[in-house]
Amino acid sequence: MPFLIGRSASRARHLGRSAIGPASLGLLLGAALVVWPTLALAERVFVSNEKDNTVSVIDGETLEVVETIKVGRRPRAMAFSSDGSELFVAVGDDEAIDMVDLESLKVVRTLSSGEDPEVIRVDPNRPYVYVSNEDDNIVSVLDYQQRRLVTEIPVGVEPEGVGISPDGKWLIATTETSNMAHIVDLETMEAVHHRLMGARPRHAEFTADGSEAWVSAEVGATVSIIDMQETFDVSHTIRFDVPGVPRETVQAVGVALTSDGRYGFVALGPSNRVAVIDQQSYEVLDYLLVGQRVWHLALNADESRLYTTNGVSGDVTVIDVGDLEAIRSIPVGRFPWGVVVEP
Amino acid sequence: MNLASYGHCLRGVVSRELLRFVHQRSRFVAALVRPLVWLFVFAAGFRMALGVAMTEPYQTYVLYEVYIVPGLVGMIQLFNGMQSSLSMVYDREMGSMRVLLVSPFPRWFLLVSKLLAGTLVSIVQVYVFLAIAYLYGVQAPLAGYVLVLPALVVTGFMVGALGMLLSTFVRQLENFAGIMNFVIFPMFFLSSALYPLWRIREGSYLVYQIAALNPFTYAVEMIRFAMYERFHAVASSISLVTALVLLGLAILAYNPARGMMARKGGGGE
Repeated sequence: MPFLIGRSASRARHLGRSAIGPASLGLLLGAALVVWPTLALAERVFVSNEKDNTVSVIDGETLEVVETIKVGRRPRAMAFSSDGSELFVAVGDDEAIDMVDLESLKVVRTLSSGEDPEVIRVDPNRPYVYVSNEDDNIVSVLDYQQRRLVTEIPVGVEPEGVGISPDGKWLIATTETSNMAHIVDLETMEAVHHRLMGARPRHAEFTADGSEAWVSAEVGATVSIIDMQETFDVSHTIRFDVPGVPRETVQAVGVALTSDGRYGFVALGPSNRVAVIDQQSYEVLDYLLVGQRVWHLALNADESRLYTTNGVSGDVTVIDVGDLEAIRSIPVGRFPWGVVVEP
Repeated sequence: MNLASYGHCLRGVVSRELLRFVHQRSRFVAALVRPLVWLFVFAAGFRMALGVAMTEPYQTYVLYEVYIVPGLVGMIQLFNGMQSSLSMVYDREMGSMRVLLVSPFPRWFLLVSKLLAGTLVSIVQVYVFLAIAYLYGVQAPLAGYVLVLPALVVTGFMVGALGMLLSTFVRQLENFAGIMNFVIFPMFFLSSALYPLWRIREGSYLVYQIAALNPFTYAVEMIRFAMYERFHAVASSISLVTALVLLGLAILAYNPARGMMARKGGGGE
């Protein structure tokens, strides 16, 4: 990851500038050598603040906001370019995707995306970004290198969630009004299967081996498991019941799955809980208390931590995946929506 | 009188208090049942299932039963402090106070020994309560259980000295109900034991101002911060100063020549 090393180098240079005199140079060099591995390991967490038109950058070591990036209007979903040099931010009210350079943390390019882009996903094999255009009932496919529209895939009414299989073969678009998951073959760029989900399907996430897709339904408060190997049918439905919390506040939104096949995490909206699910048995193991109206989730690179965006309370809760415990909540901007962690 | 005889006296006072505590099993059970009822019934019925908003020293959102535990620890110590004051009124009525006060040791030493004994008893009660709360699922960091000890000592001295001072005003055992109504309940309810100060402020600014002046609020916050491995300098200083002032007043009040005892006709009527 060349950009990581570059970032560490720039921080080391910053350390160098604060030196008092030549006598302390040796000391500083020694300290820099000790600090170097920590800096190189530090991960950055990016959080889009829907009402502030900014992206907050959290240092994964100190768990503090270290930078706030100004972006277009109404930033929501984010994704990294496949080479890891840029962060794409869907800015809905600007009908565009802002591309943030991860070295300078500035918007360097803007790609026109079609009306009201909400969720974006990046193709693992090609320089394509898939965008759900809620008002046009399509998923737009954009080539972000050549900056052109590749094609538009018609789906149901009000497309929202977009999931892509790890091998880049399948894409799932969920449509809020049709209550469906549309399974798109990315070779032909056509929707080949259409399956009924719970009410208002929001988000689609594939397991690491690509054998299943988990689709959350906001109003239905369910997660449907789609078998992606043979039948492309719903093989199981997970339901949620948070003790002591009114049923209508339980709304399934963001989903994150550990790559070891152990846990699934589901953000349950205004119930202020993240459900912990056994990925094999689909049993709900626990409900973890986080901030208000938890919306989306992201695991860090080694999957030791889960970050949640809490829209109403305007913060990000950090969950220790080993202990299954919320350890910290970090205030960010107004209405944090999406979260991604540097790979 | 050398140091050893002081130690002997201290041991005597402390072991008498501990013995009294051990022999009064119902008192021990009552001391535990009270906060446990609050934890299991009140906090469970009033769960704030959507969480108590982030407030220091908690690093994230907590359930109400987690928030209420430091306040209940304070409640145990408050009741115990008042119980000690009750026992001092009893001692005075029964004449054992006279036995204590005629000993050759300085009065302040005897009173401090008595306070220390009461504080020790309350700390035993607190740790048993915290162990039950831990098994119930309210778990602070392990180091917090050690760090909270100095805070418990300061709180024990503070409420104990208050009880001691009040005992000089109470002529008869029967008047203890008055202490309950006019001291324990207002101190407990008008503090941050049950709700964070900002929450009280939203409800009533006057109540908030009273709670902000209540030293028990600071004792509870000192305990809360210590349990979560944090040091609250302001709360700790206010608690410590309050403890010292109350102790000074109690010693003064127990002086037969000048204090309340003089006005009431001696320390062991």
